[in-house]
Amino acid sequence: MKRLSLPTDTKIAFMRWRVPAMIGSAIGCILSLALFALVGMNYGIDFQGGTMVELRFHEVRPISEIRQEVGQLGLGDVQIVEFGEPTDILIRVEEQPGGDEAQQLAVMQLRELYGNDADFRRVEVVGPRVSGELAQAGIIAVVVALIAIMVYIWLRFEWHFAVGAVLCTMHDVILTIGLFSATQLDFNLTSIAAVLTIVGYSLNDTVVVYDRVRENLRRYKRMPMPQLIDLSINQTLSRTLMTSITTLLALAALFVFGGEVIRSFTFAMIWGIVVGTYSSIFIAAPLLITLHLRPGRASGGGKEDEADDGEPAGDAEPTPA
Amino acid sequence: MLHFPRWQTISIVLVVILGVAAVIPNLVPRSWMAPLPSWLPKERIVLGLDLQGGAYLLYQVDQEDYIDTRLRTVTNEVREALLKEPRIGYTGLGVVSDGVEVRIRDNTRIDEAADRLRQLLNPLGQGVFTQGGVNEFEFSQSDNGLMRLQFTEAGLAQRVRSIVDQSIEVVRRRVDELGTTEPNIQRQGDDRILVEAPGGDPEQLKAIIGTTAQLTFHLVDTSVNPTDVLQRGRAPAGKMLLMTSEDNEAEPGVPYVVDEAPLITGEDLTDAQPAFQQQTNEPVVTFRLTTGGARRFCDVTTREAPSRTPFAIVLDDEVVSAPSIREPICGGAGQISGSFTVQSANDLAVLLRAGALPAALTLVEERTVGPGLGADSIAAGETAAIVGAVLVAASMVLVYGFFGVIANVALVVNVVLILGLLSLLGATLTLPGIAGIVLTIGMAVDANVLIYERIREEGRAGRSPILAIDAGFSRAFATILDANVTTLIAAVILFQLGSGPVRGFAVTLAIGILTTIFTAFLFTRLMVAMWVRRRRPTEVPV
Repeated sequence: MKRLSLPTDTKIAFMRWRVPAMIGSAIGCILSLALFALVGMNYGIDFQGGTMVELRFHEVRPISEIRQEVGQLGLGDVQIVEFGEPTDILIRVEEQPGGDEAQQLAVMQLRELYGNDADFRRVEVVGPRVSGELAQAGIIAVVVALIAIMVYIWLRFEWHFAVGAVLCTMHDVILTIGLFSATQLDFNLTSIAAVLTIVGYSLNDTVVVYDRVRENLRRYKRMPMPQLIDLSINQTLSRTLMTSITTLLALAALFVFGGEVIRSFTFAMIWGIVVGTYSSIFIAAPLLITLHLRPGRASGGGKEDEADDGEPAGDAEPTPA
Repeated sequence: MLHFPRWQTISIVLVVILGVAAVIPNLVPRSWMAPLPSWLPKERIVLGLDLQGGAYLLYQVDQEDYIDTRLRTVTNEVREALLKEPRIGYTGLGVVSDGVEVRIRDNTRIDEAADRLRQLLNPLGQGVFTQGGVNEFEFSQSDNGLMRLQFTEAGLAQRVRSIVDQSIEVVRRRVDELGTTEPNIQRQGDDRILVEAPGGDPEQLKAIIGTTAQLTFHLVDTSVNPTDVLQRGRAPAGKMLLMTSEDNEAEPGVPYVVDEAPLITGEDLTDAQPAFQQQTNEPVVTFRLTTGGARRFCDVTTREAPSRTPFAIVLDDEVVSAPSIREPICGGAGQISGSFTVQSANDLAVLLRAGALPAALTLVEERTVGPGLGADSIAAGETAAIVGAVLVAASMVLVYGFFGVIANVALVVNVVLILGLLSLLGATLTLPGIAGIVLTIGMAVDANVLIYERIREEGRAGRSPILAIDAGFSRAFATILDANVTTLIAAVILFQLGSGPVRGFAVTLAIGILTTIFTAFLFTRLMVAMWVRRRRPTEVPV
């Protein structure tokens, strides 16, 4: 069977684009934060409180009719959308004033209205007390995860790598927040899981590149940083692409076949993989230069590294057995 | 790197066999597994409520409600203590912000009154760990005869704890009565109770759990006109005004003035059953009383029978019915009638058998999934996993040829191990969990890709095939470890801090990372080593 070949032995000068890439990313981050501040995310009931009901009607009903019927209940802001099959309807009711019991009342009204015409496939009610806690727990989870990972990388590498990795991860998280703000996808507990997985994936990618940078730093003690980073990225490029492709394939299957419930989750993940792959090449690696990992040409090198700029110095060629 | 001692080879194969054995119970009908020896793993993967349908209900104990009820009881106790012979005159007895206040009229007997009230302080939980126990109340008095019993903070906290424990017991009995299979009921935080029940009717579950079910019998005071009391809005001391329930069709909203102190409470019941009244054939609830309760009931009914005083049967502050006492009731049994349906009579019997909740429970979070949606979600998840796996497997073979096949075998082993571990650990598989597995399928090949790419590189650097393979493995391992440990950290934190869908996802992600490390470090390496030994390759194979 004929194999597809991945790009091997590439010599792409990624660092030549590092300034435009950094500027582009900075603009992207600012836009994301601006969107977040001005438009805001579409927080699901997990964080905002309220009621969500997924109905499957026994026969197809025009959505305008349902809108009118539910509107007459006087439940405040109600969103009604079609969902998957033409008989499936998703109703989201904003948090009702009057505490936890008031939320239950909204469900009862909906049941009275449609109990005979539809199956209640899913009912979620989050009261005001819980929604605040869930939001808080979500934010804490992301922050604690970032700190723990930074500590691990700091222990395994040098501090420059830890800072670089976390900045790069924050870049990915901010762009993901931007995605949620721009598309107004429901941001709920599952989205938090998506964000943290993006964090994990992006770091995974970053660590692979950093690992190679560290290895090359030991090998080529006199090579200038931009060149060394280009070399490291090119050496890991085929792996980065292959892993991103397989992961995207798996997520694409999840997006198409995984059902409506986790579609926004998968969508966010796909975006995260693309952004994570981009950022490990164009943000994480150049950040090492910005952070002056090896300022000047030979400062990191000792006396033994007169070897040269091209040949491996650290580990000796093993002799064939 | 390519040398494996025999014990290592055997252990690796054993782990894989164990994984397969752990997955098998999920694939065959339960009856097939039953006759097999007990040491074989028979656990199945527990499906989350989002996959099998069911209800997730989070309740919070209503402290305010408890404080209200408790202070009402204490008010009664204070009254009884002061009215005990010789009586002490008082005025202004009532509940004032988290405490009970009373003013003693007779200045000369203040000390005596204080003594009587101090006896009500009620020390709580004199266990080994609570030094000397805490008092539920604090007693204070000011010069002009004003006395006060106030909840202590420690006492209240301890009360809330025991209320939650008690409530969990009551809720468990109620849910069991409904015949729900494998419900999970547990404390969450200081004052919350989580109920997870697969299948069943969530509405019935909510109705059953949400009712306090305080049953009391009170003598009706026929000397006062309830309509007057209703208009004045205030009952005489020691009496209270109660209404019949709104949905009592026979006589909705009828007021009754009754003695505040109950004749019988739910604690005096030993059993309750739904039944039909013989004459009218309408549903009723029959009950039996404890010996003590039966004696008290007998005494009162004997005393009141001549005057045909009615007594009110009260459930959660609403009068269910108020039959007149026609004859002494001394058999320790009785029945409650009051326009029940078969269903409501049955529900009431369940509630009475299970006992009353010490305080009202407020539903603060509810997630219910119908069985249909759950089945759809499983099907969708399976399809996604299969399609994803096929796509990933195909691209691995396209790019790496025979080594791609090795990677795919490793991938299959990986998924089998994930499912096996989920079965053995009894971890719950949720829809986000399936998403986690699909994601792992995508990322699991990463370890193989790292190794293969490294082997290629070493080969290009001019090493012999065996050395290239050897170096490829050893060099890739540091990277694989670093990359996976960072993701594992994220997964562990997700699990610790997350709830619901986040947890389900974190479990499979974490397990997936562990199995990925196993398959990359040991299984793939073993397969490649066996291949190398047999083939003695002359050129770098990937």
